Amino acid sequence: MVLLTRKAEFSASHYYWNAAWSEAENVRVFGKCANRNGHGHNYTLEVTVAGEVDGASGFVVDLKALKDILEDEVVSVYDHRHLNLEVPEFADVIPTTENIAIAVWKRLEGKVPGATLHRVRVYEMPDLFADYYGESA
Amino acid sequence: MKAYLTRRYHFSSAHRLHNEEFSAEKNREVYGKCNNPHGHGHNYVAEVTVSGPVNAATGMVCNLADLDAFARTNVVDAFDHMNLNTLQCFVNLVPTTENLTIEIYKRFEDGFDKARLERVRVEETGNNSFEYSGK
Repeated sequence: MVLLTRKAEFSASHYYWNAAWSEAENVRVFGKCANRNGHGHNYTLEVTVAGEVDGASGFVVDLKALKDILEDEVVSVYDHRHLNLEVPEFADVIPTTENIAIAVWKRLEGKVPGATLHRVRVYEMPDLFADYYGESA
Repeated sequence: MKAYLTRRYHFSSAHRLHNEEFSAEKNREVYGKCNNPHGHGHNYVAEVTVSGPVNAATGMVCNLADLDAFARTNVVDAFDHMNLNTLQCFVNLVPTTENLTIEIYKRFEDGFDKARLERVRVEETGNNSFEYSGK
């Protein structure tokens, strides 16, 4: 088995807010991230898939196909969008880096032909990232 | 849903690799340039990985403010612009980056209880790094 990782980038805005809490509690827990006007990041997505190397092609997965799946399923939905307001899975889920990693996993799971999704890593910035390995991990 | 959160912290420190038990010649043989009596320095990066279920109310494995505050007090303020050899933890321990990585791991293991500690990875330069995940 070989692991293969493909990167993609998107830029998006978000804020952290739990509607069940008071404003004071949101500010206490989320700090600057609770600013309701939003703020943004250049995100880097790293998607790792696992599979056997095909004897004929030498590939774990067709990289162009993987690139197109990332574009169609994630980048085209998230890039230059406000995650809270424009991306359906974050209507009721706070778009933290952890939750973005889980959401990307759900968008990609089962969609990569011939390979298994191994890890989704989302960098919010170069010094902060979240990893998700699926529900069974 | 278990997720992993990793944060990188930067600090710059001096150190000298020297073992009092060794002869001067042996120290030079083992540590090479790193045995220079006046020390030298690095821009270190400590990468700390914690894990846990994502809290449904906050969307977080742990509050980054708590992790940052702990790292600031126990890593960045403790090591930044310091000579590692002068610190209590390295009085009887050569401050190699292996030992520095283990020291940082122990500090989180002993004092940070907001999430499970998975791993500490320290980059001494862009070309070498060290990892410790407990025993």
